[in-house]
Amino acid sequence: MRVPLSWLGEFVDLAPGTTPEDVHAALVSVGLEEEDIHRFDVSGPIVVGEVLEFVGEEQTNGKTINWCQVRVAPGDELAADGGPAIHGIVCGAHNFAVGDKVVVTLPGASLPGPFPIAARKTYGHVSDGMIASARELGLGDEHDGILLLASLGIDAPVGTDAIPLLGLDDSAVEINVTPDRGYAFSIRGVAREYSHATGVPFRDPALALTVVAPVTRFPVTIDDQTPIRDQTGASVFVTRVVRGIDPTRPTPAWMTARLGLVGIRSISLVVDVTNYVMFELGQPLHGYDLDKLAGGIIVRRATAGEKFTTLDAVTRTLDVEDLLITDESGPIGLAGVMGGTSTEISAQTVNVLVEAANFDPVSIARSARRHKLPSEASKRFERGVDPRVAAVAAARVVQLLVDLAGGVADDLGSVYDEAPVPQPILLPTGFVSGLIGLAYTGDEVRDALVDVGASLIESDGDLQVTPPSWRPDLTDKWTLAEEVARIVGYDRIPSVLPVAPPGRGLTRTQTLRRTVAHTLAATGHTEVLTYPFVSERANNVFGVAVLPAVSAGANTADAASAVPVSVPQIKVANPLDGEAPFLRTSMLPGLLQIAHRNRSRGLVDVAIYEQGLVFRPEAGVKYGTAVLPAGGARPSAEAEAALNAGIVPQPLMVGIVLVGNDVRHQPGQPAVGAGWQSALAAAQQVALATGVRIEVRQGQHPAMHPGRTAELFVTVQASTVQASTVSALTMPVSTVSVGFAGELLPTVADDYDLPAVVAVAEINLGLVFAQADADLTVTSIRTMPAATQDLSLVVSVSVPAAALGAVVAEGAGDLLESIDLVDDYRGAGVESGQKSLTFGLRFRGEERTLTAAEASAARLSGVALAADRFGAALRE
Amino acid sequence: MSVPSVPPEPTASSDPADAAASVSAEPLISEAAVNAAVDAALAAIAVADTTAALRLVRSEHAGESSPLSKLNALMRSVPGNQKAAAGKLVGQARGAATKALTAREDEIGTAEAAARLLAETVDVTAAASTWKPGARHPISLLSERAADVFVAMGWEVAEGPELENEWFNFDGLNFDEDHPARAMQDTFFVEPTDAHLVLRTQTSPVQLRALLSRELPVYVVAPGRVFRTDELDATHTPVFHQIEGIAIDKGLTMANLRGTLDHFVQALFGPEAKVRLRPNYFPFTEPSAELDVWHPTFKDGARWIEWGGCGMVHANVLRSAGIDPEVYSGFAFGVGVERAVMFRNDVKDMHDMVEGDIRFSQQYGMTV
Repeated sequence: MRVPLSWLGEFVDLAPGTTPEDVHAALVSVGLEEEDIHRFDVSGPIVVGEVLEFVGEEQTNGKTINWCQVRVAPGDELAADGGPAIHGIVCGAHNFAVGDKVVVTLPGASLPGPFPIAARKTYGHVSDGMIASARELGLGDEHDGILLLASLGIDAPVGTDAIPLLGLDDSAVEINVTPDRGYAFSIRGVAREYSHATGVPFRDPALALTVVAPVTRFPVTIDDQTPIRDQTGASVFVTRVVRGIDPTRPTPAWMTARLGLVGIRSISLVVDVTNYVMFELGQPLHGYDLDKLAGGIIVRRATAGEKFTTLDAVTRTLDVEDLLITDESGPIGLAGVMGGTSTEISAQTVNVLVEAANFDPVSIARSARRHKLPSEASKRFERGVDPRVAAVAAARVVQLLVDLAGGVADDLGSVYDEAPVPQPILLPTGFVSGLIGLAYTGDEVRDALVDVGASLIESDGDLQVTPPSWRPDLTDKWTLAEEVARIVGYDRIPSVLPVAPPGRGLTRTQTLRRTVAHTLAATGHTEVLTYPFVSERANNVFGVAVLPAVSAGANTADAASAVPVSVPQIKVANPLDGEAPFLRTSMLPGLLQIAHRNRSRGLVDVAIYEQGLVFRPEAGVKYGTAVLPAGGARPSAEAEAALNAGIVPQPLMVGIVLVGNDVRHQPGQPAVGAGWQSALAAAQQVALATGVRIEVRQGQHPAMHPGRTAELFVTVQASTVQASTVSALTMPVSTVSVGFAGELLPTVADDYDLPAVVAVAEINLGLVFAQADADLTVTSIRTMPAATQDLSLVVSVSVPAAALGAVVAEGAGDLLESIDLVDDYRGAGVESGQKSLTFGLRFRGEERTLTAAEASAARLSGVALAADRFGAALRE
Repeated sequence: MSVPSVPPEPTASSDPADAAASVSAEPLISEAAVNAAVDAALAAIAVADTTAALRLVRSEHAGESSPLSKLNALMRSVPGNQKAAAGKLVGQARGAATKALTAREDEIGTAEAAARLLAETVDVTAAASTWKPGARHPISLLSERAADVFVAMGWEVAEGPELENEWFNFDGLNFDEDHPARAMQDTFFVEPTDAHLVLRTQTSPVQLRALLSRELPVYVVAPGRVFRTDELDATHTPVFHQIEGIAIDKGLTMANLRGTLDHFVQALFGPEAKVRLRPNYFPFTEPSAELDVWHPTFKDGARWIEWGGCGMVHANVLRSAGIDPEVYSGFAFGVGVERAVMFRNDVKDMHDMVEGDIRFSQQYGMTV
């Protein structure tokens, strides 16, 4: 909402020299937020001139220009630019005659653009200024010729400063009006708020008019068969008639200037007047050409499929919820949104029917949204218009049309008023102070409420507060408390820190999430935050669980050529990016895009991660709820359960992408490329951060390299099994897959414009955190001397090292303290298809030093079990 | 190296008896010979300047065939009455030589070790790094810091889904079904739209979930990612982060809201930070306020910056959670994390925060 200061000053006294900034500061204190300041970007000297004579001169380009002598100062006085009283000016327009008063911009002036004016040589003359059109002055769109002051009804002496004369010295503050305060979409409402903010008296323009009831009834019927949410479409419908207006009368300059400042283009006097009164009083108005109306007016809902051509010449198909203004010819207006062409005010209109109605906010909001026709009228109706101001606004329009257009007020009209009367609200003593935390006096409470227009009845110290008609937002004692706090001032509210009961700190999950994030950052990964919007294909490539295990050897070719399956996924109905309308089922597509962006900026070594939610609907499940419980009451247990059951699973994941080098080339240090081992290291860092052991197995994934992918498992400890009774080295009770790590398929990497080797890992943190044991039972540390031995076993290359190690450990038993893979040898001395794996073993007794024989015996037990399970042979 | 003078060879016979026979002429081990041998040894030790040279000196002056050893060997032939004196003479001489050798050995050893270390000098500014720098994102770090301020006051951190039922995002929060924010231009809906699932436009649904699931009183803070259909530009992003707080207890006031916000901004931005409340409108609070924050070191100087919204929790929100607004009251607030990073660290363009350029986060490292 833009508020010209000159207009505001009609209803409150603005101290001399009040700036737009001052007005902003005052209004912001009562909750009208500052947005902008608008001015006419003109500066003088711009004066009234009189055309003394002119000569038409035909130019070689076929144009005829006029060489004019214009008087810009009386008698022999110097002109405002210091030049002579008569200026020679070249003018291209032809809509003037000798003796016309015009607006002359003299050298030194500046017009909107900015367009500085200077004496300049043109068409063989020195043009000492410019005769301006309305558009050049910023006064609308008129550019068919120069502005003739007579067309505005102005006759001012030559040399008069034209800037104040035309209202171009005014400025407007723009404020943001919150949805609860529709009344502030009027100068009247803003002036009231300015009065609240500054204490200067407010003169209500609605009380300044005498409203005369029409004598002859113009037929109006409100026929709403299907009210929306139990609200009749129109609660007030006032019509008034003005006859015999002069359609040639111009809109006065002051009105054009004010409308320009509030952002409304001048169209015609009648239309301008209705707009002007709408801004002044907040009441949207519509003028019909009375002679084009067929019979009386009926307000009704549209029928299914009904058509209507709005003023913008678009024929619209209506909805049964649309509220229509109709006459015997059919629809003549989409209520509160836009009028129709058939009864439009034209340049020939002499008799006008003015409509001032109050329409249901919800009905208007829905129609405006449905037809994508937000207008100044719908904006006001959506937020609530003062029902008591309709008749006043209609009277104001009549008054202006009589005064400015030469019309005659007719006694034909109508008043329909079924607007509900505001009901009193009980405001108990002390409620406001108790809610705000500031001891307001009784006077402060009463004065504030009276100031905003409420009427009060006091009973037993409590107040019965009847809100004013323009404040539909005042509905309960809390809204009244806000008014008191606001009018007295939010700056008076003290600062008192409340004491919360003892808390339990972060949950284990919250702590672990931070630890994982810190650990990955500390180990060289950079956290990024990606958008969760991806393409369907990206989800199909990445958004599946690791494929079911397939027999070794048969899988690789299949996986490499796997066509992505269709993954259940959620589509955004109104995406910003049509290429990525789906919600991610995996963290990786977003991270790969970011990896590419970094590389495209010359950052070749990229290690990034993100923790976040993915969206994993299950196939065949219907999510959401068909109906929404009403707000303002706790849903039934069933309804609440349904709301929660309809939430799409959104597990917490971490995704990691590494590309380029893990270690770059440096003096004495060859480069170490990032690969599958980097991804596994990152996964193990996650495991370390959470204290959960991650088991690595060879795995398959449609987006991943068939031979360089690990599936990651965590042990699920059955609650009945004591952790202390399960050796850390024995096979787990059961395991659950939590993710994968390895290298991308090179073709997938290529899809993201990344090099062939891209290391990635994705882990479901929720599953990992669930196994983080808060009640860890630790093993006592053995302090006897250790016995270390190496062990080389020859097995088939298909035996995973980890599995062989686990079997050795199982066989070696309790004396074995640790086992580490030291070497994987293939080649001379080892049969083809076999490999020699060397482990470093460390044995330790619990209470005494082990003998070499005891350690060897344990080692051989391990060998024996390895031989039994995997056919492993000891390599001496 | 000069060869030290050697005492005269004993007579050809090495028979002790022969030696004893000659004692009467002059002592078998003369003091002069011993002194000469010692002097020679000490001189040689003093000039030895490497471990290798010293090893040679040791062999020549303290080894098996050194003069001192030879003199010592004569001890067997020294008559009994002279044994004590001769033994002392030779013992002291050998002791002096050994001591000098050890001392010189230490000296040379120390010097050589020092020289060896000096030779190992590297350019410490050219160290090859086997690790690479990582970093956290400032949005995450600042969210965590903000949450910590509240955890320190006894509040707890609550969470909820990002794809949320409209009831939690709107209806339960007193957004009328015809509220403009529910229209398509602000909210991401998902298909099918009649299933009423939206990407949450605010973290407030978490507040409602907290009220529904927790025992009163409730003091929780909810940091999280939210979504609005704003195109990415210098100051907007469709995916951003908020931190919201809600406290519901008996007798909570708007003064408590201000007290909490004062403490929060001072803990986060420094003791000079100030809060200003301006009347505003939100569906889920009444009274409502815009929250401005002031600090002398904000970018572009000390000034008020609009940071978020707050107010007393609307009676209808309490009713949506089955809480009687006549018994309980409370306040809520919500602030934008991106905005705080912008005005706190002079981040000028939202693109830097969402594009994932590793250079951005790496300016922060592990702390914000």
